[in-house]
Amino acid sequence: MTAALGKDLVGLEELSAEQLQLILDTAEPFKEVSERQIKKVPALRGKTIVNLFFEASTRTRISFEFAEKRLSADTVNVASSGSSVSKGETLVDTARNLEAMRIDMVVIRHGASGAAQFLGRRIRSNVINAGDGKHEHPTQGLLDMLTLRDKFGRIRGLKVAICGDILHSRVARSNIWGLLKLGAEVAVCGPASLLPRNVSELGVTVLPRIEDAIQWADALNVLRLQLERMQGGFLPSLREYNRVFGVTTERLARAPKDLVILHPGPMNRGVEIDSDVADGPHSVILPQVTNGVAVRMAVLYLLAGGKPDLAVRAGRGEER
Amino acid sequence: MRPIVVQGGRVIDPGRGTDDVADVVMLEGKIAETGRGLGRPDDAIVVDASGKIVAPGLIDLHVHLREPGQEDVETVASGAMAAAAGGFSAVCAMPNTDPVTDNQAAVGFIVSQAQRAGRARVYPIGAVSLGQKGMQLAEFGELVGAGAVAVSDDGKPVVSSHLMRTALEYARTFNIPVADHCEDPTLAAGGAMHEGLVSTRLGLKGVPAAAEEIMVARDILLAELTGGHVHLCHMSTRGSVELIRRAKEKGLRVTAEACPHHFTLTHAACEGYDTNAKMNPPLREPEDRDAVREGLRDGTIDVICTDHAPHHYDAKEREFDDAPNGIIGLETALGLAITELVGGGLLDLPTLLVRMSAAPARIFNLPGGSLAPGSPADVVIIDPDARWEVRPESFHSKSRNTPFGGRQLTGRADATIVRGQVVFQRGD
Repeated sequence: MTAALGKDLVGLEELSAEQLQLILDTAEPFKEVSERQIKKVPALRGKTIVNLFFEASTRTRISFEFAEKRLSADTVNVASSGSSVSKGETLVDTARNLEAMRIDMVVIRHGASGAAQFLGRRIRSNVINAGDGKHEHPTQGLLDMLTLRDKFGRIRGLKVAICGDILHSRVARSNIWGLLKLGAEVAVCGPASLLPRNVSELGVTVLPRIEDAIQWADALNVLRLQLERMQGGFLPSLREYNRVFGVTTERLARAPKDLVILHPGPMNRGVEIDSDVADGPHSVILPQVTNGVAVRMAVLYLLAGGKPDLAVRAGRGEER
Repeated sequence: MRPIVVQGGRVIDPGRGTDDVADVVMLEGKIAETGRGLGRPDDAIVVDASGKIVAPGLIDLHVHLREPGQEDVETVASGAMAAAAGGFSAVCAMPNTDPVTDNQAAVGFIVSQAQRAGRARVYPIGAVSLGQKGMQLAEFGELVGAGAVAVSDDGKPVVSSHLMRTALEYARTFNIPVADHCEDPTLAAGGAMHEGLVSTRLGLKGVPAAAEEIMVARDILLAELTGGHVHLCHMSTRGSVELIRRAKEKGLRVTAEACPHHFTLTHAACEGYDTNAKMNPPLREPEDRDAVREGLRDGTIDVICTDHAPHHYDAKEREFDDAPNGIIGLETALGLAITELVGGGLLDLPTLLVRMSAAPARIFNLPGGSLAPGSPADVVIIDPDARWEVRPESFHSKSRNTPFGGRQLTGRADATIVRGQVVFQRGD
């Protein structure tokens, strides 16, 4: 079942520009499926998929589940509470048990960096990383890129600033790898206490102030600030964060051009982003959510061995 | 006890600074004489060592033998056998057992288990603090009386500077070193690997080099304040090496050790979330590895130790964050040292044997480290040219957690003699 992407989707760091392009192109015909009266095509009929969520998630889990169901796969959701995981079963045992039930794919969300790769190396099923610790969240990176491509018609040459808690963000890492490979310029912006060591060696520019990012960028990807960062001693207060790093209408008004605003959600309104920015004319936050389903359909389809050139026909509901 | 004559080897005695082709005669558990054309005692076991190195048995100041508490991963007996197979005639067992080796009965238990095993010598290291909790000093006098050769809370740092000070002062009474695991616990909290580009890419929480160096600097200051002997465990950063170099220039009683993994590997070994590359202190950057090598070359770092840390295979078969720290090292240390340091042109064999035998004996005031007449008949015969592949499944240790599986090494122990008895001989 090895296809154009390999067996697993663990991160965007491992993918080539061609593979990234392929996923985005494959997502196009799948966008339309969600706009129909009958939102279902038979591309993954007979495939069984387990959504294995060791961390709370609403948006990502629902998005994957819709993508799977719209491709006609049979899906089971396993959350960490109420499963054997909460009884202390190890990840490797969980994996072997799933394998023994002859499943085709696993979508995993886990708090430990590397968990998706760990699973992928131990089972024959395809593994899709739905977020592992602080490592990567590849489908989020892909949907962000698809949204940017929709808006600008290209990725190459775009200036994208990722703003906020880069240190703890898997979204930031996936965006950095994906955007750089497709030829964008990437900057990270946040308090130095929330920037990872050696981050500039990844090929990104470090902008110390949000005002700098607003001057520089074509688009801002504003990250969610986890509220527990205050207890960790990384930041003094949410109030001050908003004062110094918040993306506000006042700050955006001083930008040389209109900036496209992305946010992976869920938002802390009034902390990293003001409501009138989030709800404003240049926000693409809801199109991101819509694109999430299409991108995940594309990833599932390609990993399952679907032929890229047949994606258009699959999107029309024909055989794969 | 039959006499042993080891014939025709290149006899390197780092204790006396000699290096000649000679015979070594052992009688009644002692070195009787070394030289050429010596008579052969009646009934002697004769070992041909031509083409081989004959040296005082290696001494490892830092191992974890897991007994009592985790006998499924290692015991004093299996650890002492692994040591002998690695060319070590003596190892020093850290006290982070369960229960902690913080009293004379616990020390006595390890001594008696080692005697029953009859392989490499095992010297217990007592805890600095009761239960290694960092609150109250353990009874150093009774620990030493029962056979402890040093004190340490290894596995954890001595966090309280006051307790470290009093430990260094009190240890002077018994002329033992205080061995410290240098780590600022607030900087290191939750860290899984070295903080740097690799941790940034893998999304793992890093431990900055400063977490080690802060404690190294503190311990050096306390050694100066107290006149006590501080022994710095498993040094891993260029900053630590530099701090120790300066302390030694001032003549302070500071000694230090480094491990083969820190002079061989870098944080790149953590790629792919390989839990066999997870250890504390973590594998660091190429510049750190090179500084550790340079420290071993110029003597800033006195000894090579293994920090042998056995773990059950399924404990390492986990997410990187949740896997335990440490690797086993007794059966790979000599091969790595010869391959990386001697083969790399950094040290000659006599200097390597100082770092692995004479210096450890001197620092912990142990018998051995010399082939002078009257020294214990603790001897290793090394084939410095043997090329071999690390095969963890053939280890004598009960555990297999090593990042060196499959690696090609040059040099290993052919035989190990302890107290005038051959405790290990490699079968072909």
